[in-house]
Amino acid sequence: MSQLAANFEVTFPTFHLKVSLAVPAEGIIAVFGPSGCGKSTLLRCLAGLERSSSGSMVLNSHIWQDESHGIFVPLSQRSIGYVFQEPRLFPHLNVRANLHYGWKRTSESTRHITLEQVIHVLDIERLLDRLPQSLSGGEQQRVAIGRALLTSPQLLLMDEPLSSLDLQRKREILPFIRRLDSEFHIPIIYVSHDLHEIIELAKTVVLLKEGTVVGSGPIEEVFSQLDLRHLIPENHLGALVDTTVAEQDQKFGLTKLAFSGGHLHVPHQPRQIGERLRVQILAKDVSIISSQPSFQTSVLNLLEATVIEIGKINIEHPFVEIKLDIGCPLLATITRKSLTALQLHPGQRVHAQIKAVALNPETHH
Amino acid sequence: MVDLDLGPLWLTLQLASATVIVLLLVGTPIAWWLAFTSSRLRTIVEAIVALPIVLPPTVLGFYLLIAFGPHGLIGGPWKDLTGSALSFTFTGLVLASTFYSLPFVVQPLHGAFEAVGKKPLEAAWTLGASKLDTFFTVASPMAIRGYLTAIVLGFAHTLGEFGVVLMVGGNIPGHTKVLSIAIYDHVETLEYAQAHMLSAGLLLFSFIVLLAVYSANRRLPLHVT
Repeated sequence: MSQLAANFEVTFPTFHLKVSLAVPAEGIIAVFGPSGCGKSTLLRCLAGLERSSSGSMVLNSHIWQDESHGIFVPLSQRSIGYVFQEPRLFPHLNVRANLHYGWKRTSESTRHITLEQVIHVLDIERLLDRLPQSLSGGEQQRVAIGRALLTSPQLLLMDEPLSSLDLQRKREILPFIRRLDSEFHIPIIYVSHDLHEIIELAKTVVLLKEGTVVGSGPIEEVFSQLDLRHLIPENHLGALVDTTVAEQDQKFGLTKLAFSGGHLHVPHQPRQIGERLRVQILAKDVSIISSQPSFQTSVLNLLEATVIEIGKINIEHPFVEIKLDIGCPLLATITRKSLTALQLHPGQRVHAQIKAVALNPETHH
Repeated sequence: MVDLDLGPLWLTLQLASATVIVLLLVGTPIAWWLAFTSSRLRTIVEAIVALPIVLPPTVLGFYLLIAFGPHGLIGGPWKDLTGSALSFTFTGLVLASTFYSLPFVVQPLHGAFEAVGKKPLEAAWTLGASKLDTFFTVASPMAIRGYLTAIVLGFAHTLGEFGVVLMVGGNIPGHTKVLSIAIYDHVETLEYAQAHMLSAGLLLFSFIVLLAVYSANRRLPLHVT
């Protein structure tokens, strides 16, 4: 399996980055962390825009940097595409010439992405003869993505490519980015501080804090890891569940989603049957019942669950996180008082009540 | 009909053109370095480059005269290398004008490169362009107005120089007798008619060049493919 391994250590006057990274190089790898945690610097190191005196960067069998052997392949000779926060299109060139800029500088033998493909996937046909200044921010960023893709890179780096756009434009571009992975099969490292984007896109996630990697792995695992909960903002804590649309209930305006542990009911989603949908179940929306309730509940989603792990108990904090297994991991936030009352312990069979399923941002209307 | 020697005019145009070419070659790397370096020497170099703006041309001319002499700092090695002297020659004038007009070329380019900034350059590198490639295909086209300003100011400033030329070049017809000195000569010898024609010619020429440049600059499409 293809693999990306990187080690960097760089010191800036106010900031120290010491990162060791080993992730499967496939799909979208999200680098998440608060502003100033070193996400962008990590990306610049990966690209070779910053050079750390002790560092290495290996993608599959390509050694792009190995300072212990004095190897540092200059940026222009690396097969890396880079999409910056701002589009950085060349103002003196029209869209077509911008797209051609990197393509022309890529050797014929390595070109496997064509202009037609890029134009089609990013829907930029009608922009080709225009100048960058006349495009909207979202259009510019799409062209910038296309320009990077046309170098047929082995790795695409994206540094908060949506951060300069408003919500409307973000929604416009997210589907395009999601398609990149399936259309071009290029591993993408996607830096963002927006959890919605990451939940929507990522397959693997790397959590960064104060210049070091504090967690990495498949996104479902990372998001259900109790010891990483302090890294995720409280209102975003919750397990991710990959589902497929199973049924549309017109009568009650509901959509039934199937997942590895059963079904979830959510308010109607304008989706096709069989379409894949990643949802997040926030820990605060999950409650635990020790046995099957004999009374009626208004909560639709009631699932059998097994207690896996009890989170760390903090005396100053009334709440505690519980990790459950419902066929996939699920997190629940309950009070310490309830924990005692229910006498929860790992291995215990319980029921989980899910009050709401948070759907990915694209479907929020 | 007044008998007018046009030699000084051609000489002046030659001098200004040669100077601008040398200045672009010398000024571009200096301006580039000033725009992108983080070295502490930057301020010192900036100050040195700006010196000709504040110095009386005679001061600059005086030092250059000494340096260009057969035993001077520059003139000595030059004589060893080429076998000819530097002072009171056309080459010497070009060199002196280069020093004299340096800030008028470096400063607009410096500003233009700073306005381009590092971001488009980084983008070009990630697209596989080498640094030189990036300079010619991204930085220069984006700094085109800076170049235009630099060329015009460098040319015009050289056209109008007097003090430095007089000190370094002397007044040798066909070699170092440029327009401004010819005019001075005509006035000295009370040949006002000739002085008028040359002066009016220079005035008109300068005005037309500036007019052309400013209107071109305004309409200059940034778009070049």
